[in-house]
Amino acid sequence: MQRRVVFDGKLLPYLLVAPQLAVTLVFFFWPAAEAVYFSTQRQDAFGLSTVFVGFENFAAVFADPGYLHSFQVTAIFSVAVTLLAMLPALLLAVMADRVVRFASVYKTALMLPYAVAPAIAGVLWLFLFAPGIGIVANALKWLGIDWNYLLNGNQALLLVIVAAAWKQLSYNFLFFLAGLQAIPKSLLEAASIDGAGGFLRFRTIVLPLLSPTTFFLFVVDVVYAFFETFGVIHAVTGGGPSKATEILIYKVYYDGVVGLDLGGSSAQSVVLMIIVIALTAVQFRYVERRVHY
Amino acid sequence: MESRSGHLSWLPHLILVLGLALVGFPIYVTFVGSTMTTPEILSGHMSLIPGGHFVENYLAALTQGMPQLSGVPVARLMLNSLIMALSIALGKMLISFLSAYAIVFFRFPGRMVCFWMIFLTLMLPVEVRIVPTFQVTANLGLIDTYGGLAIPLIASATATLLFRQFFLTIPDELIEAARLDGAGPLRFLWDVLLPLSRTNLAALFVILFVYGWNQYLWPLLVTNTASMTTLVVGIKSMLTVDANTPWHLVMAMAILAMAPPAAVVLLMQRWFVKGLVDAEK
Amino acid sequence: MATVTLSAVTKSYAGNAVIHGIDCVIEDGEFVVIVGPSGCGKSTLLRMVAGLEAITGGTIAIGDRVVNQVEPKDRDIAMVFQNYALYPHMTVFQNMAYGLKIRGLSRDAIRARVDKAAEILQLGALLERTPRQLSGGQRQRVAMGRAIVREPQVFLFDEPLSNLDAKLRVQMRVEIKRLQQRLGTTSIYVTHDQTEAMTLADRLIVLNGGIAEQIGRPIELYERPASLFVAGFIGSPAMNFLDGAAGDDGRVVLAGGTVLAATAPAGSGVTVGIRPEHLVPAAESEAAAHLHVDMVELLGADTIVYGTLGEGGPALLLRLAGIAQIAAGTRLPLGFPPEQLHLFDRATGKRL
Repeated sequence: MQRRVVFDGKLLPYLLVAPQLAVTLVFFFWPAAEAVYFSTQRQDAFGLSTVFVGFENFAAVFADPGYLHSFQVTAIFSVAVTLLAMLPALLLAVMADRVVRFASVYKTALMLPYAVAPAIAGVLWLFLFAPGIGIVANALKWLGIDWNYLLNGNQALLLVIVAAAWKQLSYNFLFFLAGLQAIPKSLLEAASIDGAGGFLRFRTIVLPLLSPTTFFLFVVDVVYAFFETFGVIHAVTGGGPSKATEILIYKVYYDGVVGLDLGGSSAQSVVLMIIVIALTAVQFRYVERRVHY
Repeated sequence: MESRSGHLSWLPHLILVLGLALVGFPIYVTFVGSTMTTPEILSGHMSLIPGGHFVENYLAALTQGMPQLSGVPVARLMLNSLIMALSIALGKMLISFLSAYAIVFFRFPGRMVCFWMIFLTLMLPVEVRIVPTFQVTANLGLIDTYGGLAIPLIASATATLLFRQFFLTIPDELIEAARLDGAGPLRFLWDVLLPLSRTNLAALFVILFVYGWNQYLWPLLVTNTASMTTLVVGIKSMLTVDANTPWHLVMAMAILAMAPPAAVVLLMQRWFVKGLVDAEK
Repeated sequence: MATVTLSAVTKSYAGNAVIHGIDCVIEDGEFVVIVGPSGCGKSTLLRMVAGLEAITGGTIAIGDRVVNQVEPKDRDIAMVFQNYALYPHMTVFQNMAYGLKIRGLSRDAIRARVDKAAEILQLGALLERTPRQLSGGQRQRVAMGRAIVREPQVFLFDEPLSNLDAKLRVQMRVEIKRLQQRLGTTSIYVTHDQTEAMTLADRLIVLNGGIAEQIGRPIELYERPASLFVAGFIGSPAMNFLDGAAGDDGRVVLAGGTVLAATAPAGSGVTVGIRPEHLVPAAESEAAAHLHVDMVELLGADTIVYGTLGEGGPALLLRLAGIAQIAAGTRLPLGFPPEQLHLFDRATGKRL
């Protein structure tokens, strides 16, 4: 993609890209390179000297049962968050696309969680579910359910999943709605004339046409669950109880910032970078294919 | 495609109302909590009708120094959040607008290299490279400064790509007309391109303001003193493990932390929705 | 006002020549139309005059000044674009005033010039509107207004009417011609529409594959086309072409055996051209050939007859004034008036 007509200028374009390039180099390429560098180094106990250890840090990371556990937690967490954020969002978008009255009221209200920080979303749900305090927690107790996410790892995981998915619901809703509204009405009318009923129309026409949006949101939601949910975990559970909610990004933070294990944390960072790059690459391949239709 | 037959026409409304309840309930309960006293909240049967301590609680949160925050009042944290969010939003818009302009409207050696370098930043969110980024920022002496809070986050490809996409739709003849009128590149940027980008700028502002205001991990790392931290991070310090958590203030803080980004989204939603969907294409 | 002198002007992109040396002097106040099929290089040539494309070889002079290295804004020209290229966020007034503002004209001077142009173009009531609120024809006028207010030495028009519907196009064509006559500004106009070209031009440049096939007054091109290309391009319906050859005595004989009252160098291959309106029905006894009619279009003002020259021969078109009662399937005796025949060398396409 290039313009035919451009301005002349020797120095000006460089001056214009310079600020972004400078910030990118200093705060992006330099740190990314450092992460790769430190992932192959080991510091002594006092941080005074470092030695090159090759892939030893990676080997150590993958040999650590805690890391493998964290991987497992992340997998469950991200799949659950993605599904829980997408399915209700799709249902709500389909309904919102169908109604005429109050449509803008629904849309505006369902947009709200987008503006809420993940950490604050965590606090909102914490306040509902805090044992002995939250009204939902009290209701559960009254129903005879033994609810205490501070002790029960599964309950803790469930709570952060719900809080994280709640925040992401808006984003998915907005994209699904935009996707639905982009489907030409004539297509659905043609299908009606062909005799397709409501659900059949949805399954055979709407869903396939929505698949690019769905795929895009899937990738976005997985990336969200991997990284942006740090705030939810940190504010609600702190990775506990006994590391039941310690997702990978939390472990990078914990080992690097709290545990001061620079090599191990960097190796984990590099693993995460590879995961994001792979996800993004898959997404671009797919998006590119879609463009060629 | 509104159903012509009357039957089941209430079903979408029912589902949407349930959706609203799901979205609204946690926010509502938090608001109710922010109008009560902590003993009322901890009574075990908290009411769902707002209490009478609204003014008192918010005034206390905003102006009183919080012991959990080394005596810093919430107003200060809000100011920090605001400065950070505005710096990130406006900074990103500025540098992205300029770099997209250079990449689209000029030919220069290294143009594609610049584009790809910027494009690559799309792939790595700040969280992945958090520890080394922190070290670089520390080396530059930016810990506990507004510069440290904002500058490392203003390099991102999203805004640049959005502007680039929009710039590519500007007809060639408009540039030629401007050249014949005697407008140079900077004049064209200011007189033509900037006014034409208004909608995109508004949409980006919403997206980036929300992004900046809601940052958590980065401000958590890069600020050490309570007076420099942001509201979103500050709330966590209020949630102590012991039973001394002042819930009424925490809830007020949560509402205060949601209000500015929510207001920006709601007030500018017309541009925001279009811009959000366009930005991610 | 100024002359525009093109001397051996060439243009190439990465070694590929698209304009092959154009020479032309456009007189002061003249209206010259560059016409040709798409891809012939006509817009490129115009944009080279404007300074929007670099000149590969040769020189372009406006007045006495060679402008090869002069910035577009300093060439003292104004251009009207095909899609008008109005600034969407500015009002009609601001659109017209923008160039003057950059030039540093005083507020009063700008106001005066815009008001004058608005009056000429009847835009007075629209000055505060934005382009979005205007119809196609109104936008077109604003684009012209933007050119007029600059009071340039040369107007350049790049297919300015092709985005309008047919009726409006005819109307605006007349308006442009009137305006140019009133202002007397040297104008260069690019179009692919030969009717537009014929009606507007003082002189035409017919461009084909980057070469000026012929430069001349419209009627000259119609009456004495210099090449097969010009002959086929100018005139509607297009000229009929028939294969023929010159015998030993130089008389031209058509492929079907018809002998014409024309001569060419003995033994040469010839393409014979005759315009549909110049073919005449003849008395059976004087017929040079017969048209086998297969379709007739009655247009009221004239009648177009489609057929072939002899049974299964080459296609031939005949245009008769008024309503002619001819039925499909008939054999129509034809005459070829010698003074209306155009002979071209079949190998080179040049006029003989």
